[in-house]
Amino acid sequence: MSVAETDRLHTVGADDISPARIAFGRALVWGAAAAMVAMFAVQALFEGGIIAFGFENWRPVLYLYIVWGVCLCIAQVLIRGEQGKRALFVIPAVLFVISMVVFPLLFGLWISFSDWNLSSLTGRKFNGLDNVRQMATDPFYWNALFNMVIYVAAILVEYAIAFALALLLNAEIRARKFWRVMFLLPLMLSPVAVSWMMGKSMMEIRFGPLARLARWLGWENPSFFGSPEMAKLTIMLMDAWTFIPFMMIMILAGLQAIPKEVQEAAKVDGANAWQGFWQVTFPLMLPVSVTAIMIRVIFKLKLADIIINVTSGGPGGATDTVTSFIFREYRDRSNVGYGTLLAMVYLVLIVIFMTILLKVSDRIVRRVTGMG
Amino acid sequence: MAQALALDDFDRRRRLRWAVSRLVIYGLLIVWAAICIFPIYWTLTTSFKIAPDVMKGNMVPWWDFTPRWKGWQSLGLSPNTIFTTSTVREEFLKRFANSVVISVSASALAVGLGSLAAYGLSRFSYRFGFMRNSDISFFFLSQLILPPVVLALPFLVLYKELALLDSRIGMIMIYTLMVLPIVIWIMRDQFTAIPTELEEAALVDGLSIWGSFARIVLPLALPGMVAAFILCLVLCWNEYFFAALLTSTDAKTMPVMIASQTGSQGINWWAMAALSSAGILPLIFIGVLLERHIIKGMTAGAVK
Repeated sequence: MSVAETDRLHTVGADDISPARIAFGRALVWGAAAAMVAMFAVQALFEGGIIAFGFENWRPVLYLYIVWGVCLCIAQVLIRGEQGKRALFVIPAVLFVISMVVFPLLFGLWISFSDWNLSSLTGRKFNGLDNVRQMATDPFYWNALFNMVIYVAAILVEYAIAFALALLLNAEIRARKFWRVMFLLPLMLSPVAVSWMMGKSMMEIRFGPLARLARWLGWENPSFFGSPEMAKLTIMLMDAWTFIPFMMIMILAGLQAIPKEVQEAAKVDGANAWQGFWQVTFPLMLPVSVTAIMIRVIFKLKLADIIINVTSGGPGGATDTVTSFIFREYRDRSNVGYGTLLAMVYLVLIVIFMTILLKVSDRIVRRVTGMG
Repeated sequence: MAQALALDDFDRRRRLRWAVSRLVIYGLLIVWAAICIFPIYWTLTTSFKIAPDVMKGNMVPWWDFTPRWKGWQSLGLSPNTIFTTSTVREEFLKRFANSVVISVSASALAVGLGSLAAYGLSRFSYRFGFMRNSDISFFFLSQLILPPVVLALPFLVLYKELALLDSRIGMIMIYTLMVLPIVIWIMRDQFTAIPTELEEAALVDGLSIWGSFARIVLPLALPGMVAAFILCLVLCWNEYFFAALLTSTDAKTMPVMIASQTGSQGINWWAMAALSSAGILPLIFIGVLLERHIIKGMTAGAVK
C-alpha cells in the first residue's frame, strides 16, 4: 500500500531508511508468512493422515496468521517510514475483513459444490452440480425467493407510514423529545423478544389481547397465522413495527435539515399544504428517502429472526424467507453443502438486485431534483 | 361593521381549523405511541400475573389484578428467591453476562478498527493494488449487503476446525465483522467534518501523525464514536441468527435463551414475560437515556 501525492492532510516527512532496516522488515514479513504456510502444510498433512504429528485443531494456524498480520504492520513502518505509518490506519481493518469475509466466501464456494453432512462421519464429498440441480427443482427455495419480493415490496408501505410519522414529529408539537423516544423504542427491542411478545402471546388465539380485540371487532375466530396470506401479513406487520422507527428517524433528520424559508416561499406563492408537500418537501426529501429505503431493503433481505421464532416458515412455507429456509434446512438435515449453495445464489441475486436498485434510484433522484 | 364581522368570522374559522389540526396531530401521536408502547407494557405487566389473570385478560395492575412475583420467581429474581441459590438464575445470569461481554467487546473492537480505517480513508490517499480510496471504502461498506446466511455455514465449518465454535471470542469476532461497516460509515462522516488545519498545526508543532490523531482528532471525534458504539451495542445485543447457529452451551446469548424457551412454555406466560422483560429492559434504558446518541449514529452520513 502506498500513499499518493494528493493527501487531504499534507505532511512533510524526511525519511532516512537504511537498507538494513528495509531488509529486516522484509525478512519479518516473509518469515512470518513462511511460518504460517509451514504450519498450514503440517496441519493439512496431519489431517490427511500422511504424517503422524500435528495439532488437535487449526488454531495454531490462526495464531500464526495474527502474528503475520502484526509483522506486516511493523514491517510497513520499517520499510516505508512515514508512509507506512499512514497505511497502518487501514491495514488492521482490511486484514480483518479479508480474513473474515473474503476467505470464508471462497471457502463457502468450495463447500457449496459438495455433499457435506456435518453429523455424519464420512466428511465432505464433492458432488459437482448436484446441488444446483436440486436447487432448480426445490419449490421451497423459489417460494422463499418469491416471498422476499413481497416482503421487500412492503417497504413502500412502511416508508409511507414512516414519512407520515416524521411529518407528525416535525409539526409544531410540545414535548417533541418525549414522542421521539416513545416512537424509537420498538427499534431497540430484540426481534426474538418481539416475536414472543407479539407473535406468541399477544396474538395467542384464546387469551392474547390482540385476539380479544379482533373478536371484539367482530372477527369470529381470529387466527393470525392460519391462512398463508394472513400469516405473511402478520409477519410483515411485526417486522414493520420494529423497523418503521428507523426510517422515521432518518426522514425526520432530513425534514429538519430543510430550511424553513423554502416552505414559507411555497406558501407565499400560494401553494396549500398538500401542494407544498408534493412540490417542495417531497422532492427535497428524495435523496434522504432513497438512502433510508436502501438501508431498509438491506435489513429486510436479512429478515429471519421473527420467522424462525414465530412460524418457522409455516404454514407450508408461506412466510419463509431465504435465510429462515436455509436455517431450517441446516437444522433438519445438517447438510452444509446444499445450504451454502442456496446462500451463494441468494448473494448473487442480491448483488444484482441492489445494483439495479441503486442505478434506478439514482436516475429518479437526478430527474426529480433536476441535476444532470 | 359588516367587514369587522366578516373578519371575526374568518378569524374564528381559522382558530377552529387550528384546533382541529391540533386535535388530529395529538390524536395520531397518542395512537402511534400506544402502538409502540403497548407490547412493552403488556410484557412487563404479564411478568407479574398469575394464570387466572392471563386467562381473564386483565390488563391494569392494582385495578383488575394484583401483581405477583410469580414470573420473576421462576427466574430466581423475585424478592423471596433472590438470596437463595437458584439454578435458573445462574443460567440466566450466565447468558446475560455472555450477552454483555460479547456485545461490549465486539462494539469496542469495531469502533477501534473502524475509526482507524475511517480516519485513514478521510485523510490520506491509498493505493492497494488496483484499489484506490473510493474502492477501499466501497469494499468496507459493501459488507453491509452481505446477508449473514452466506457466511453462517462456512463459519460453522471453519469455527469447528478452529475450535472457536461456542466460544465468546468467536462470537465477538463475527459481531465485530457485522457492525464494522456501520462504524466506518458513521466515522468517515465524522472525520471528514473535522478540519485538517488542526492536525496540520499539531504536525508543525512536532507531533507525529499518530500523535496528532490521538491527541487532537480523537477527542473531537469522541461524540461520533460514542454514537457508533451505542448503535453497535444495540445491534449486537439483539443479534440472533449467528448466535443460534454458532453457540450451544457456553457462549449462548440472551436472544438464544429467550428463543429456546418460547416453544416449551405453553400458557405459562409469566415466566416467558419475565425473561423477555429482562432481555429488553437494558435496551429500553439505553433507548430512553441515550436516545440522542442513537439518533446521531443513525442519521450520520445519510443527511447532508
